[in-house]
Amino acid sequence: MALSFSRRQFFKQLTGLLAAVCLPVPSAYALWPERHYAAGPLDATLKQLFKDKAIFPSDQIDINIPLIAENGAVVPVTVNAALPAVQKIYLLVEKNPVPLVAEFTLSEKMQPVVSARVKMAQTSDVWVIAETAAGLYRASINVKVTIGGCGG
Amino acid sequence: MSSIRIRAKRLGDATQIRILIAHPMETGRTVDAQTQQSLAAHFIQTMTVRHNSDVIVQIDMGSGIAKDPYFAFMLNGGQLGDTISVEWSDNKGQHDSASETLK
Repeated sequence: MALSFSRRQFFKQLTGLLAAVCLPVPSAYALWPERHYAAGPLDATLKQLFKDKAIFPSDQIDINIPLIAENGAVVPVTVNAALPAVQKIYLLVEKNPVPLVAEFTLSEKMQPVVSARVKMAQTSDVWVIAETAAGLYRASINVKVTIGGCGG
Repeated sequence: MSSIRIRAKRLGDATQIRILIAHPMETGRTVDAQTQQSLAAHFIQTMTVRHNSDVIVQIDMGSGIAKDPYFAFMLNGGQLGDTISVEWSDNKGQHDSASETLK
């Protein structure tokens, strides 16, 4: 009896240990996803990021950005994605050589608000895509650039 | 001196975190006007923000982030004495980290 009990205990612990080892550990040294930052049109970037998943337009995503940027090298932007359970926020500039600017992965302790400063090569739409538990949502806004930011 | 400056301010029940990093963020497409040589790409690729030991923000970025990157976030909660830490690494394998205590 004693033997079979301890063996059961042993297997129980072994399973627990295996589960702990196999679970993906969120690594701070996550590899940079190079293929997301390929130069090309916005459509190709979206396809690379989301395959063919539907992206719904949303009026809950607020993009605070100057409508006329005097200097495309530094354009301040603040995004407020007032949607439930936002896990990731993607920032894209349609007409930049590399459309994807940054992807923010937010823990549940964070409010879905991020600020950054982006470069804009020319007048373009700025896209924000929020990834939530329910799916993908997007908003975009056109920003006029009077001086180019990327030197060509 | 660290390349990172962190400002963490408690605003009611939340904490505003502002981060400024000194970094060239070269795209690799800029041509030097004098030498006609293009400047090598040099930009931060990943950045991690922690609240105490928890990762709260993980950023992957390209060279579309402006020179001397600035970011701001809002953390729900945050107590006196908590630590906010930041680390980045770039495409040349350089990296840096810094931390700030909530006051």
